[in-house]
Amino acid sequence: MIEQRVQSICGKEGVIDVDAHGCVEVAPHSEEECALLLSAAYDEGWSVRLCGKGGWIPLDAPAQLVLSTRRLSGVSDLNPADMVMTARVGSPIDELQTAAAKEGTWIALDPPGASRSLGSILATGTSGPLATGFGAVRGRILGLTFVAADGRIVRVGGRVVKNVAGFDLKSLLVGSFGAFGLITSAHVRLTAMPAADVTLIAQGERENLLHGARAIMSSGTTPAAMELITPDTHDLNAWTLSIRVVGSTASAAADRRNISAAASNIEFDALDGDAGKQYWASISAAITGYPITVRMGSKQTDLEQALDLLNDTLDEDEGAMASVSVLNGVTRWSCETSVAKLLNLRSLAAKQDWPVTLERAPWDVRSSVGHYGAYRDGVGKLVASLRGVFDDRDLLVVPLGDQE
Amino acid sequence: MKSRALLCAPANASCYTRLVFRCTTPSHIRTAVPPYRLSALPPYRPTAHLTPMTIPSAALNALQDIVGENWVRTGRADLETYASDGLPTHHWNPGAVVLPGSRDEVVQVAKVLSRFGIPVVARGAGTGLSGGALAAEQSVLLVLTRLNRILEIDPANRIAVVEPGVVNVQLTAEAEKYGLHYAPDPASQAVCTIGGNVAENAGGPHCLKYGVTTDHVLSVDVVLPDGDEVTLGTTSGEPWGPDLVGLFVGSEGAFGIATRITVRLTPSAPIVRTVLAVFPSMRVAGQAVTDVIASGVVPAALEMMDKNCIAAVEASSYGAGYPQDAAAVLIVEIDGRDEEPVDDDTRKVEEILRESGATDVQTGSDPEQRARLWQGRKKAFGAMGRISPDLRIQDAVVPRSALPDILEHVDAIAEKYDLSICNVFHAGDGNLHPNINLDSRDREQAERVERASAEIMKACIEAGGTISGEHGVGTEKLHLMPLVFDSTTLGVLTEVRRVFDPEERSNPGKAVPAHTDPGCEVLEVD
Repeated sequence: MIEQRVQSICGKEGVIDVDAHGCVEVAPHSEEECALLLSAAYDEGWSVRLCGKGGWIPLDAPAQLVLSTRRLSGVSDLNPADMVMTARVGSPIDELQTAAAKEGTWIALDPPGASRSLGSILATGTSGPLATGFGAVRGRILGLTFVAADGRIVRVGGRVVKNVAGFDLKSLLVGSFGAFGLITSAHVRLTAMPAADVTLIAQGERENLLHGARAIMSSGTTPAAMELITPDTHDLNAWTLSIRVVGSTASAAADRRNISAAASNIEFDALDGDAGKQYWASISAAITGYPITVRMGSKQTDLEQALDLLNDTLDEDEGAMASVSVLNGVTRWSCETSVAKLLNLRSLAAKQDWPVTLERAPWDVRSSVGHYGAYRDGVGKLVASLRGVFDDRDLLVVPLGDQE
Repeated sequence: MKSRALLCAPANASCYTRLVFRCTTPSHIRTAVPPYRLSALPPYRPTAHLTPMTIPSAALNALQDIVGENWVRTGRADLETYASDGLPTHHWNPGAVVLPGSRDEVVQVAKVLSRFGIPVVARGAGTGLSGGALAAEQSVLLVLTRLNRILEIDPANRIAVVEPGVVNVQLTAEAEKYGLHYAPDPASQAVCTIGGNVAENAGGPHCLKYGVTTDHVLSVDVVLPDGDEVTLGTTSGEPWGPDLVGLFVGSEGAFGIATRITVRLTPSAPIVRTVLAVFPSMRVAGQAVTDVIASGVVPAALEMMDKNCIAAVEASSYGAGYPQDAAAVLIVEIDGRDEEPVDDDTRKVEEILRESGATDVQTGSDPEQRARLWQGRKKAFGAMGRISPDLRIQDAVVPRSALPDILEHVDAIAEKYDLSICNVFHAGDGNLHPNINLDSRDREQAERVERASAEIMKACIEAGGTISGEHGVGTEKLHLMPLVFDSTTLGVLTEVRRVFDPEERSNPGKAVPAHTDPGCEVLEVD
């Protein structure tokens, strides 16, 4: 029955798969088809999973209808004079970067994982190391179109860099893990391609490198990225301070001088151009080397305690990979761990005012832990009510919070 | 295809704009997506807020018990004091003015107002330009200027915690002791408050490089309209759940009252260069803006003034020596931590401006030179204000590449309606401020100003822009919202508002129009 209804909306070619349980996977061609599909699901009470390519969150949430964005791809407008690109969300970020580069521009986004789609990045709000210099994902997005769970098409923001007409629903949608609807397209802010792009790397003990990073901060220098990284949290000497400097040749050279002067006890190796980009890509890809990734925020002055809490609470024999945005006080921690340990971490972190986001995990973990949780008083109620605005029948299979 | 007309105007507006609607949503979408969600909502009755009434004496007594007799104002002269904000054409006397002195008092006041069902409008310094802080006579105006303490400056984490009544420039003055500053710098920063900046998502000249208010707010303690308290966001800036801070900033007081705000501080740039370029036409100047941005240089500010604005400045005591035969001047500011890259970028900008057609380019590097180049821009509103009894300061945004066309269009609209329009604006952001001189006592002229304003807004929207970049919708632009948003989106915005304020008592009738009609969109403004 679902398959027939879906075919009547998207045609036979729209249906990708029907599994043994009757779950229908469909790849609509347009936002209008998305609206009709979600409207049909709303009328019939079908549970719906929204998905991209599955490169970040596993495609394992149980649902009757799976709505894939794979055919919602391509750049519909790119205006280098305005520094804005309009793209559909099924587009891989790498392809969007290639299109932007042809016009001498780039998108200052470097999300964790490999081969991410724009929709996946927006839905999960996964910023990468470049958030240090360019801000989080929502700051890169000027406007977007989304389809609510009942099929309403909502357009917010626009193609302009300043815009205060209407409430900022794009900020609400970015990082909501698809709980409010399916983002179908977005206006993305572009940046002029920098003349210089240099990566500085130093290895050593965690405390020494953190001290150096703080000295760089205190000097007033704000690099494009400044990450403290380890592929193995058990090896205290295996930490790397990785700094990315972008800009004009003169500004990059000045930043390098300032960094060396501020962190004078640290010796950096430099990677130029493509070598640097490959290094950062390898770091991004390595984050998916473990099945679970959490993100925890703290003040940068609390990072030692935050890292210790993560290590003590989630510690497993297999170790973990950690990547710390020092200036923003954000730690991304990938590991294999249990639901009980994750819930304990969130509870302990909440007491310190440190939010813990479950960025990716298998369904059994996500459904028990929730992407967010341990909200402060009153916040959970607001989030639930907002969810009711967009999905009052609770049809989108998204474990947004642990209290819902 | 159905067509119909709807009269739609903000409450107390002196004239009405006729909006023509046509149903354009494809029939299959309309069939598939019925407007059942909206019809399920309780009807919004703006007339309930417009019915003349006074604040019940029992409520006034309860408010006096909380804040003290001196901080509840009901006298005619007191109410007149708060009847206006920065929008000169609108004057509403509130029912009462309450000035709480602490967060606890705000909570208690909100609970009393909730108990009596009294609408509440929060206000900072009252410098808003869209009539967002106007309270009608059945409402209480909650003035937050007594909550003016900087609670914490944490230089190591580059954050500050402030109460909403802290004046913008005072925060920067305190932060500068640590080599930091608060980046959003609206023109009214010497007076306006951080709370008001949060409500409006305020911008300013230097937001081109450093971002607007929403990019700098990490956490907000909010008193909801029913008196409940909630903390949104975290002091680290990491979201704790969906981004409710981003949603709250710019909500124009419709979601509740901010009582404590944590903001990001930015390292101050010790090296600053200011470049002034003179252009023979607005079109050439507009193209120069695009060329500068496309070059990869990110100026701290990129401001433009047109010939009318230059004439107004030079005819005033603020004269900065701008050439009066110039069609436009651009002011470009480049800043940074180090001299060499700043000078490098400055040379690049000077070259681009000359190649773009600038007839004269001057650069200032010491504070005195820079102040001289900026003087006309900074005093422009004062200079324009002396030309006529009133000045309607407009705010709209277009994609930067549309600037040359839209500026010519604004000129044509000024001629059509026989009005004097001065343009002074944030060119790097595409954020226009066409300012219209008028005498609002002249009703015929006021009518022409309304029509010209609506036409400018429509032209900006058609160019891919929108009706406000930093002043907000408030009361002034409510009737223009259907030009920007379809009725489905307007309905969703209303529903989101009701999550925070189910009774729509917090700044009622502002920001989002009450009348929505699914499946229809505005086609023209008469």
